[in-house]
Amino acid sequence: MSVADFAFYILAITTVASGFCTVVSKNPVHSVLWLIASFLGAAGLFVLLGAEFLAMLLIIVYVGAVAVLFLFVVMMLDVDFAELKAGMAQSVPLALLIGVILLLQLGSVIGVWQFSDGAEAARAAITPAIEETHNTMALGQVLYTDYILLFQLAGLILLVAMIGAIVLTLRHRTNVKRQNVVAQMHRDPAQALEMLDVKPGQGL
Amino acid sequence: MEELLREYLPIIVFMGLAILIGLVFIIAAALLAVRNPDPEKLSAYECGFNAFDDARMKFDVRFYLVSILFIIFDLEIAFLFPWAVAFKDVGVIGFWSMMVFLAVLTIGFAYEWKKGALEWE
Repeated sequence: MSVADFAFYILAITTVASGFCTVVSKNPVHSVLWLIASFLGAAGLFVLLGAEFLAMLLIIVYVGAVAVLFLFVVMMLDVDFAELKAGMAQSVPLALLIGVILLLQLGSVIGVWQFSDGAEAARAAITPAIEETHNTMALGQVLYTDYILLFQLAGLILLVAMIGAIVLTLRHRTNVKRQNVVAQMHRDPAQALEMLDVKPGQGL
Repeated sequence: MEELLREYLPIIVFMGLAILIGLVFIIAAALLAVRNPDPEKLSAYECGFNAFDDARMKFDVRFYLVSILFIIFDLEIAFLFPWAVAFKDVGVIGFWSMMVFLAVLTIGFAYEWKKGALEWE
């Protein structure tokens, strides 16, 4: 067994075991931490495949950003987990039924899986050999020219996500005093101060 | 392929060392430290008074907005890496396609700036 095989088994076991722990953890925060471990294992598997860029992207985007978002959501969940657990016994038959149906569907799909004749050739055509061009370079060579439409659509999807997030969540509160830097800087003593000559015993 | 994996050897050594040091501290604490628990020591410490509430509480939706916007720009940066690496090969079309991509996201950036989504009130 070569080192690469050994690394594969270590990473695969890490990924699957972490995924399992994500599902069975009692504490949802622990679930998210196991999910992060699972992402790291998957990143290692990508490295073994030679897809270094995807591996680093998985770490930057999923571990660095998406997992943080998951943690936010989990921390916000204001639910009593003990109460949920109590109700779980009734749902087990339904959950089992759904699980079995999904398993049957997956089995029926994989059972009739056939490779078309051109599939291998079509994939080989766009991927240069890993010895010649490394992964990030190979991606860069096709993504911005051959797949320009998909690339621009990705940009538009990001724009829609940005605007959607703002429209859905941004609420300007009234009665909040905000700092207006320009107004502050343009304040001068002549407008801000008024000198009054108050006569004794009269007041203003 | 073997060559590629060999380059990762320092990282594996580094991670092994990190795990080893972490384990040494945990095991040393479990074996050597004096442990004398009592309920007051084990309870959550909140400046001397009892904890008011559970840590699971609703907090401001603005935190999500900030993190979602962060993820979007994170992805934008991720697209820049292969472009920079393959810059000599992508040619004029590749250059301008990235400029259009950046322009589209800059529109979004201008929108969120104008909307005040980056300001904290």
